[in-house]
Amino acid sequence: MTSSLETPTQPPEASASLAVRCSAIEKSFAAGEQRIRVLRGTDFIAESGKMNFLVGPSGCGKTTLISVIGAILRCESGELEVLGEDLRSLKNGRLADFRLNNLGFIFQQFNLLPALNAEENASLPLVAQGVSTSKAERLARVLLERLGLEDQTKKMPNQLSGGQQQRVAIARALVHEPRLLICDEPTASLDAASGHTVMELLRDVALEGDRSVIVVTHDNRIFEFADRISHMADGRITRVEHTHTGDVA
Amino acid sequence: MMRTAIRMLIGDKTKCLGLIFGVALSTLLVCQQVSIFFGLLARASSVVTDVREADIWVMDPSVTTVDAPFALRETALQRVRGVEGVEWAVPFFRANVQVRTREGTLENAILLGIDDASLVGVPDNFMLGSIEDLTMPDSIAMNPAGFRLLFPGEELDVGRVIELNDRRARIAAIVDASPAFSANLSIFTRYSLATQYTNNGRNQMSFVLAKASNPSAIDDVTSRITETTELKAVTSDQFRLESILYILANTGIPVSFGTVVILGVFIGIAIVGLTFNQFISENIRQYAALKAIGVRNLRLLVMTLTQALFVGTIGYGLGLFAASQFFNWPSKNVDALRGFYLLPEVAIGVAILSIVIVFTSTVLSMRRVLVVDPATVFRG
Repeated sequence: MTSSLETPTQPPEASASLAVRCSAIEKSFAAGEQRIRVLRGTDFIAESGKMNFLVGPSGCGKTTLISVIGAILRCESGELEVLGEDLRSLKNGRLADFRLNNLGFIFQQFNLLPALNAEENASLPLVAQGVSTSKAERLARVLLERLGLEDQTKKMPNQLSGGQQQRVAIARALVHEPRLLICDEPTASLDAASGHTVMELLRDVALEGDRSVIVVTHDNRIFEFADRISHMADGRITRVEHTHTGDVA
Repeated sequence: MMRTAIRMLIGDKTKCLGLIFGVALSTLLVCQQVSIFFGLLARASSVVTDVREADIWVMDPSVTTVDAPFALRETALQRVRGVEGVEWAVPFFRANVQVRTREGTLENAILLGIDDASLVGVPDNFMLGSIEDLTMPDSIAMNPAGFRLLFPGEELDVGRVIELNDRRARIAAIVDASPAFSANLSIFTRYSLATQYTNNGRNQMSFVLAKASNPSAIDDVTSRITETTELKAVTSDQFRLESILYILANTGIPVSFGTVVILGVFIGIAIVGLTFNQFISENIRQYAALKAIGVRNLRLLVMTLTQALFVGTIGYGLGLFAASQFFNWPSKNVDALRGFYLLPEVAIGVAILSIVIVFTSTVLSMRRVLVVDPATVFRG
């Protein structure tokens, strides 16, 4: 793997468009009478059309950062621009709409609804957007077929392997064609082979148009899929690598 | 999303059935108890209900229920007849007697004596025989439940002789009287014969039944009778209500049934609430995932209320069906249960109660969904 080094908020190529730009983000949580600062003036960017990896040890603030970027948590200070929208200015209802229309999520534990089959699970965001069930399930079926699940569309989650479940989760995250995909440890619950397959599918299917993908992981076996790797420690981005330029930090 | 909500619910079959069972049990319990309660109240005034010809009941001022009359002087009848606006007035007798069965045991019975001349005061739906048969010597009419009590396992029949206070009485007719509160056996006979069966002394008349010559002036005539005779005169509807209120005030029935109804509601809320709460707890990550995807709280609330409506509708339907079956077969075949019906008003009332049970349980459980942090889904 080759890589180049840059400062956390500065893209290496002036022409590269940004899907996410975070600057001096602060976020703390109450723990008893104390407050724990999880994000300490964090700067982070994610480029459009790229696989942006966010890596670092457990407890360094990766999940909190993607929760803030994913419009799930609010930060206390700093600048936060996602897909050109200043998320700090949006109210809660608008944040939910923003997530529904612009973001896709892939979770470590898949979080598929056990009572719905693969096709119904994958169609959920479209149904939530108000698309008719039949149309949503048809679009979900097409995506599941692209992900190699053409024979599994009617199966329930408990009838699928871990890798298959994660592929359903990928379909669910992409079915409404979001501009930003946020993946939290997508391979953590999978064996090496399944994890590799899932990442290949993710790279092939997710990186369409100018969609940006953020992958939080500390599975270094999948670093080869990254275009850009942001290293995080103690609530800050400490180092950024661009894997396609040859520079190593 | 409504379909998704229903699929989520049906997907957990055990809890879905538990929720439906909770609503069904509560519906059955409340429907059954409230219907029996109203059935008992109807029995308390059944004697009044069965006298269809008269508009006005006249009695001693101390009387508060049809089941506990105080004897009037014979002159009361003439005094009522003399009141302006009274078309006719007849004596009516009511007493509790004991009837000896073929096995030698005694059964309580209500003895009702109707006017010898007009035969006013007997129900008009004769199953065997006719009202004219009561004019025969020693003849009585009996309700079918009473007949089966005296002659268990035998077909309804006329011509049999029973013993009433050591006097002979011949069953001349079977009349379908409304079930009474104080006894299952109702006996109708002529006033003159009824007084002989009881031998209560000089004053025998329980009530005077009167008809107003102008149906629209019943209240005026009633007031006039009270003023003129110093007896208590009330309309049939008023007397029916008074008899019911007497039962409510002087028996433990309201408390007893009220307790069961309240318990039914609480059992419903407890079963449905706890099961629903468990369902929500076990699916909280799924709700969090939906929130993370971008489903708003309001939509999650609608989804949960849809689940509640689904469970409530099926549970209520099953409970109502079970209650209707309870009243359908036994009320036709068990004399002790005659007169107990599942009233439409009760079904509507319990439907509202079921909605309250289900929605209270839902709202209590829903709070967890509304406050769940969608960031939960990022925790492994």
